[in-house]
Amino acid sequence: MKTKLDEINRNIYDIKNKDDYDFKIKKGLTPEIIEEISKQKNDPDWMRNFRLKALETYNKLPMPTWGPDLSELNMDEIATYVRPKTKMTGNWEDVPEDIKNTFDKLGIPEAEKKSLAGVGAQYDSEVVYHSMKEELLSQGVIYTDMETAVREYPDIVKEHFMKCVPVTDHKFVALHGAVWSGGSFVYVPKNVKVDIPLQSYFRLNSPESGQFEHTLIIVDEGASLHFIEGCSAPKYNKVNLHAGCVELYVKDGAYLRYSTIENWSKNMLNLNTKRAIIGKNAQVDWVSGSFGSKISMLYPMSILNGEGARTEYTGISFAGKGQNLDTGFKVIHNNKNTSSLVNSKSISKNGGTATYRALVRINENAKGAKCNVSCESLMLDDISRSDTIPVNDIRTDDVEFSHEAKIGKISDKSIFYLMSRGLSEEDAKAMIVRGFADPISKELPIEYAAEMNNLINLELQGSIG
Amino acid sequence: MSNELLNIKDLYVNVGEKEILKGVNLKINKGEVHVIMGPNGSGKSTTANAILNNPAYTKVSGKIMFENTDITNLKTDEIARKGIFMSFQLPEEIPGITVSNFLRYAKNKITEKPVKVFEFKSELQKHMEELQMKPEYSERYLNVGFSGGEKKKNEILQMLVLNPKLAILDETDSGLDVDSINIVSKGIEMFKNSNNAVLIITHNTKILHSLKVDYVHVLVNGKIVKTGSQELASEIEENGYKSFK
Repeated sequence: MKTKLDEINRNIYDIKNKDDYDFKIKKGLTPEIIEEISKQKNDPDWMRNFRLKALETYNKLPMPTWGPDLSELNMDEIATYVRPKTKMTGNWEDVPEDIKNTFDKLGIPEAEKKSLAGVGAQYDSEVVYHSMKEELLSQGVIYTDMETAVREYPDIVKEHFMKCVPVTDHKFVALHGAVWSGGSFVYVPKNVKVDIPLQSYFRLNSPESGQFEHTLIIVDEGASLHFIEGCSAPKYNKVNLHAGCVELYVKDGAYLRYSTIENWSKNMLNLNTKRAIIGKNAQVDWVSGSFGSKISMLYPMSILNGEGARTEYTGISFAGKGQNLDTGFKVIHNNKNTSSLVNSKSISKNGGTATYRALVRINENAKGAKCNVSCESLMLDDISRSDTIPVNDIRTDDVEFSHEAKIGKISDKSIFYLMSRGLSEEDAKAMIVRGFADPISKELPIEYAAEMNNLINLELQGSIG
Repeated sequence: MSNELLNIKDLYVNVGEKEILKGVNLKINKGEVHVIMGPNGSGKSTTANAILNNPAYTKVSGKIMFENTDITNLKTDEIARKGIFMSFQLPEEIPGITVSNFLRYAKNKITEKPVKVFEFKSELQKHMEELQMKPEYSERYLNVGFSGGEKKKNEILQMLVLNPKLAILDETDSGLDVDSINIVSKGIEMFKNSNNAVLIITHNTKILHSLKVDYVHVLVNGKIVKTGSQELASEIEENGYKSFK
């Protein structure tokens, strides 16, 4: 007998607040709407012009012709800017009650006290809270919302904003350029080591709207940082859109760890773009957990520009009923002795589709480059799908390259073994899935590892008869 | 009260289309140690798997009673919770959970009440010493990277901790060196008492040198063709299975 509970109770993630905004732009995408957003945000002229140009680019670019079907996305039905009824503050007490409650339940203020050096919290289109420990401030670290950065550090922003990810890259990046709002800006000065993580959390509450936050991080020579990004939204019946953009500049000898756990609701189209430019002997480690969204197209990219630059990607995605998670990693080796290590895992169940789509390019000048890719997929039943679509473009002989892909089903022998020890089939499967995910959860910050285990348990509850 | 634990009645089992068990009858009482011997492919492991109702094995007809309850079609975990344990020939590797956490979790499920952490840890430690297992194994992932011998010891450790009414040991002795076999036999000796029973499945007689058994059954071609005492094992050791048809 099968009992199927397709709509799992996502508890705190699904708490909806009243759609009580200060300002919500009308739906659709026209130059007038972009002008209005720009006016509402008090953009400087250069930014207003940037947005309008990005809109032109958006209109010229085609929809992607590959990957998941995005035909249900109708930009005429999406409000691209929703300003919550509050101003940004550095004090949780000043955040309006309903918004503060949401972040309380997500554990953000508590995590800030316990284990973070700084926190940013975005609600719909604007950052409502931002704060950082005093000692980082005195070391010259900047951690603020993107709007403040545009205002107060115009030169750095102009030099870096959408230079790593140009608006011409693809349609949704162009869209982002036109309507971006919120996000975080981080600058870590030379040789400053930020030992405790900074975390930005993005919450989209408003129905039929989009979130387009921009994250710009510059880790200067010899500096280091761990940045954590979390996102979630309650579920609505109509499509929501997330098209954020993350640009990471990691200079010579610097280190950045970028961790994400994403638990968007299952009406979300998550079309996010993340990219890092990595200098000589510098390193970027990506850790990524994708659980939510209806459709995700997410392929973080590392560009290894400096000699000896390194990158690691550790990612997991979990696709349940009605979900199509198309994720992966891209790496470009542009210099000698650069190295990359990819460890990707995906789980699909109950008709979900998990695809690993990846690119490895090793250019002619990347002599002595090393690249090791391992991707594993686990399907929990016969109706789910898993694909691996790697593109390997290797233009020099002097490389060490390996690609290992495994697609498997959950082992009946393992289930029987665990059941013979008194575990129900459901418990046995959850234990095997947690074991499969374990190498990834070990890389996550501890609260997030616990959250991931909870999500796995939630996802498996009731779906196995 | 009846002493009967297990009673297999005229059991026919297929694997896929193939008939493996062709009418097995077997009765095990409390306080007894039974051995099923037989050549490769005779249906020994099938018997063990059928008792635990492994879905890969199809029961065609017959019945399995445990303490006078019909368990023929119960789910494997329900059978385990009734008090039947099976030591696997090839124990599965389960990453992500340590031996210690796994056993505590399983013990909770079997006893259906919370296990006290401290008591559990000291019991686990005691049994590991008895089996000459290094203490660090309790903090390693279940069977992951264990050698064949370590896996088998870990099965016996699980038997001691979970303390079933009936322990089925499927080829636990195979592939073990003499020292390990002696440790495993010692584990079995420590386990057995007048309220439980052991069913040893094996194709060789080595383990029987260091273990006292009550009944030896010879399984050939899906049927028990002869039942005897420990001497029957010695006879097989000398002459093999040729005389049993």
